[in-house]
Order: sequence, then C-alpha cells, then structure tokens
Amino acid sequence: MIRNARFFDHLATLASGTLFGFGLAWSTMIRPESVLAFLTFQDLGLLLVLGSAVGLNLLIFQALPKIRQRALLGGVFQQRPFSLDKQSLAGGVLFGLGWGICGICPGPALAGLGAGNGDLLIALASIFAGAGMHGLWVDRQNRKAANVI
Amino acid sequence: MIAQYFPNGLERYLIGGLLIGAGVALLFLCTGRQGGVSTFFSAAWSWLLRTPFFQQAAFRDTRQWRLIYTLGLMLGGTLYFLLGLPLESSHLPTWKLVVGGLLIGFGARLGGGCTSGHGICGMASLSGGSLLMVCTFLGTAIVTAMSLAALGVAP
Repeated sequence: MIRNARFFDHLATLASGTLFGFGLAWSTMIRPESVLAFLTFQDLGLLLVLGSAVGLNLLIFQALPKIRQRALLGGVFQQRPFSLDKQSLAGGVLFGLGWGICGICPGPALAGLGAGNGDLLIALASIFAGAGMHGLWVDRQNRKAANVI
Repeated sequence: MIAQYFPNGLERYLIGGLLIGAGVALLFLCTGRQGGVSTFFSAAWSWLLRTPFFQQAAFRDTRQWRLIYTLGLMLGGTLYFLLGLPLESSHLPTWKLVVGGLLIGFGARLGGGCTSGHGICGMASLSGGSLLMVCTFLGTAIVTAMSLAALGVAP
C-alpha cells in the first residue's frame, strides 16, 4: 500500500512536470529568442503565457484548500516559504540581469534541452554552478556572523 | 494594435500558458506541492556537498520529487519534439549562456525563486512579496535586454 502511494506520488509529479514542459515548448518560451523578443517589446506573448498560467492557478490555489482539506494523494496543501528582504531583492536583480542577457530561466532551459537544444546544457550547468556558489556563500556569511559573536 | 504587439498571434501563448498552468495545478491538486523549478538546483547539491546549507531538510527531503519534476520538464520538451510540432531553431553565443546562467542560478536562489516559483505559484498564492520579486526581476530583465539591444549586442 505504502509502495503504491509512493508510486502514484512519483507518477503525478512526473506528469505535472511533463505537462509544464510541454506547455513551455508549445508557448515557444523554450526559445531564448522568444523571451528576448518580449523583453525588448517586440512580441508581448510572454505576458499572455504568464497571465493564463497565473489565472488558472489563482483559481486552484485559492479555491482548492477551501473545498478540500488535503491533496488527492493525502498531502497537505503547502505554503511558499518566502520572506521578502533586501537580500532577496538583490537576488531578483541578479536573476533579472541574467534573464535579460540570455532570455533563459530554469524551467524553459530544462524543457528546451528536452526538445533538443543542446546549447542549453551550457546554461543549465551554469545555473547549477550559480546555485552551488550561492549555497557556499551563505555558509561563509553564517560562519563570519558566528565568529563576530 | 494587436498585430503590432503580438506579431505571432495570441492563441499559441494563451494555450501554452494554460498547459503550463495545468502542470502546476496538477502537482498542487495531487500532492499539495508548490511547483517552483529553481529550488531543484540547490536541492541537487545536497547529494554532492556535505556543507550545512545544502544539507538542510528543505533540500534533502524534497530532492527526490524535485528530480522527478525536473525530469518531467525535460520529458515534456522531448514529447513536443517527438510529436513533430512546430519548433524554430535557436542559437545564442556561449558567453551569454555562461554569464547569464551563473547570474540566474545565484540570483534565483538568493531571491528565493524564479519565474515559476514567484511568477506562477507566488502570484497565484496572492503573495505580495512574490509580486514585488516579479516586478524586480522583470524590470531588471527588460532594462538589461533593452540596453544590450541598444548597444548592438543582439541575440
């Protein structure tokens, strides 16, 4: 029974990711050029992509926890663990700089690689390296703070 | 007016957005999880590095489903390709992929999320913080892309 529950959990997660990736390909957002065309106001399509994705989930995220206590497979409806501060805003600026340079963000990079754009492997490796540098940097900041006290 | 700002029409974008949204909605409906993508890139390091940050429960306990979700994202792209649906080629200079990628990886993790986490899940949760984050990275990206285009560093 428990093994079954895990199987369905993994299956639902894989199906969700697949649908997400397929939608990214359908919307042309897996092409960095399409995203850059939006950022330079040549084609505002990304606004519609984001708008319809958010619109649908606004409905789901707001209504579902009121109708049901738990998710279909028994999990609790999770909240996003996020608190806004100066550091996260700085992160937003760095992310925006990168996004503006290459028109890539993590989801479309994965879906685009799946669709056969091998260049994106370089972008994904760099994103992975950037996330690694972030984690090591946080540890260093914490060590410094501990030494001061 | 519509033709000027949407030279490729509206339909492809609206349907694509609904498919993306359906993926995020399915994950929430079935498992209660918020389907941000960028956390995977920190969670994956927990397999490789035994440092305090990467060994947080938030990464160790979620890395398995995040890996499956990530594989799903790639599979979705592959499925699209195998069905022979319209796909234009793409090519960017390597330096943009490297510099952009490093900034995206560091920035998204410092900022607590990317376009899927803050942009879709955060805004659908009516989080004011996420809305401000979206305005920050979208604004910065527009200024950056416009400046590079003005300087002639086009894609």
